[in-house]
Amino acid sequence: MAAPYDLNDDSVVVIIGSGAGGGTLGNELAQKGVDVVILEAGARIEHEDFINDEWDSFAQLAWLDNRTTGGGWRVHKDFPNLPAWIVKAVGGTTTHWAGASLRFQEHEFKDLTHYGKIEGANLLDWPITLVDLEPYYAKAEDKMGVTRTNGIEGLPGNNNFKILKAGADKLGYKDCHTGNMAINSADRDDRMSCQQTGFCFQGCKWGAKWSTLYTEIPKGEATGKLEVRPNSHVVKIEHDKTGKVTAVVYADKDGKLHSQKARIVAVAGNSIESPRLLLNSASSMFPDGLANSSGQVGKNYMRHTTGSVYAVFEKPVHFYRGTTMAGIIRDEAKHDPSRGFVGGYELETLALGVPFMAAFLDPGGWGRSFTSAMDQYANMAGLWIVGEDMPQEQNRVALHGELKDKYGMPIPDVSFTDHPNDIAMRNHAYKQGMALYAAVGATRSFPTPPYPSTHNLGTNRMSEKAQDGVVNKWGQTHDIKNLFVSDGSQFTTGAAENPTLTIVTLAIRQAEHIAGEMASGTI
Amino acid sequence: MVTVYDRKPAGTEAGLSRRDLLKRGGIGAMLVISGTAVLSPKHAWGLETTNLKPETMATLIQLARDIYPHDQLADKYYAIAVKGHDEQAGKDAAHKTLIEDGIADLDKRAGAGGYRGLGWEDDRVAILHAIETTPFFQAVRGGLVVSLYNQKEIWPVFGYEGESYSKGGYIERGFNDIEWL
Repeated sequence: MAAPYDLNDDSVVVIIGSGAGGGTLGNELAQKGVDVVILEAGARIEHEDFINDEWDSFAQLAWLDNRTTGGGWRVHKDFPNLPAWIVKAVGGTTTHWAGASLRFQEHEFKDLTHYGKIEGANLLDWPITLVDLEPYYAKAEDKMGVTRTNGIEGLPGNNNFKILKAGADKLGYKDCHTGNMAINSADRDDRMSCQQTGFCFQGCKWGAKWSTLYTEIPKGEATGKLEVRPNSHVVKIEHDKTGKVTAVVYADKDGKLHSQKARIVAVAGNSIESPRLLLNSASSMFPDGLANSSGQVGKNYMRHTTGSVYAVFEKPVHFYRGTTMAGIIRDEAKHDPSRGFVGGYELETLALGVPFMAAFLDPGGWGRSFTSAMDQYANMAGLWIVGEDMPQEQNRVALHGELKDKYGMPIPDVSFTDHPNDIAMRNHAYKQGMALYAAVGATRSFPTPPYPSTHNLGTNRMSEKAQDGVVNKWGQTHDIKNLFVSDGSQFTTGAAENPTLTIVTLAIRQAEHIAGEMASGTI
Repeated sequence: MVTVYDRKPAGTEAGLSRRDLLKRGGIGAMLVISGTAVLSPKHAWGLETTNLKPETMATLIQLARDIYPHDQLADKYYAIAVKGHDEQAGKDAAHKTLIEDGIADLDKRAGAGGYRGLGWEDDRVAILHAIETTPFFQAVRGGLVVSLYNQKEIWPVFGYEGESYSKGGYIERGFNDIEWL
């Protein structure tokens, strides 16, 4: 049974957010006997209630609170109030994610060492290595049921994958398969197998795709040590005179404020809300926001170098059938500067329904060039580019100077401009993607610009030295020892891989550390 | 309120002969204005307006088609896609002005006969290119990309099957049925 904790219970660990980071951390701590309260801004929507309809699902799940944008990215022009396509609901963006679960490569923890100084980039090595994370990656893959690990079979390839694979073969790519997916290829962990329904982005109605909503959270609740409070939007973290955090102030569904006392606070609200909360928690003792002595809170916002390539064929593909991300090519993920950029990228299949294809194929586009593409929808294949982008200090999440949310707190402003390395990488990937489809007979292809960000990273980055970042190798803030960050905002650099597996891995490792520190009385 | 119905408004049918329809004009002779309604005699549907002029609505329908031209889609779907502007015009005077003035501007740019009087799509599109950065065009296009493509009725025209959970997904229904590769 879920344990209800008193607002004045100052022995609990309060976790803000219930997604990949927060949901996992909550369950891991509860399994170790630690008392946990998760405050989740969104509602609890069980997987049976997800909707196989793109716009209706967007209205049901997406984080739609007002945000503003700036900088040179096209999202600023096309979707000025939607910098990110992420979720406000119990389970966070693990309800929406596609399931790709890839480990980082060894060199991606040591970018500065391997890439050297890059002008305009704020590169830094992580204070941890792949070797440090390997045992935790293994636990995460087992927990999430990642295909092609732990003896779990790969998923069958759909039509979109078959085209990708045929093109990969023609181009001489060697590392192409149906992915390492946290989607059951057979019944596992009391969840059924993938029914090739499509609509992975709209939440898996079968529960075949891993989400904290129906794995970590109910498992944690079953221990009697975890309470999840939905519709609890955190506005501020409070601290005492010694600088230790003591309580979290949140608004309930009626907008009424409550204060939950805490022994430890872990922030896991995704890379826009997490830095925003630390900045909004500024006090006379911490005038620049909590844990911000380095000035790096909100800085180095990364969103992966993305883009899509869609292509039209003479005959039907029906690419929307089956898993959205149905396969991957990893050959370009290596670091090979001879291509004209540092770092690498993955190519992963992607499909959208008619409503979202119209919105995202060429935002703002109209006329026959646009509609003749839409007319060929049934004959389309598509892939998504996911590459490492450069951390840049001026790409940041900051508090808006004037606009406030309904609780009176400044809203976040997200500013992003591509680094020249990002542009060179994207152009290379567009060229490869278009060549791939041309090789299997595409009559037309579309280098489609990035969507609002789904991978939001780096705004509370991990660093060896306190002056370079916000948290240490445990995700513990350099400045405040009982304040942790548990989401992708910890990432020092973004790597080429989809981030969820690494967020879960860091959360498992962090839970072990927090439980140990609590047991020894250090925190 | 705007209603789209699959037959003409009561009372209008008797008063409209085929010659009347042709005389009143419209988009070619496809859409006609009658009282407060836009009618499609051939396809037997009508769209009644309460806040925007019916002529404005007829031009909006043509404009919608020129922005997202799909020759296999009937006017009805474009009418459904733009009818929200009539509703919004009733709640928001600024929106009403935006639409009425925007359409008047289109007609003015088109010269005698107005926007709908231009027979070739290319001639109408040339005007649209000149105004594509205006708030009027952006408001119409921005709304349309959702209100047109989110109509479930048109999805089969594009070969999109929509909701699939209730049918058990595609695991037994062709997720990997490609044969031409």
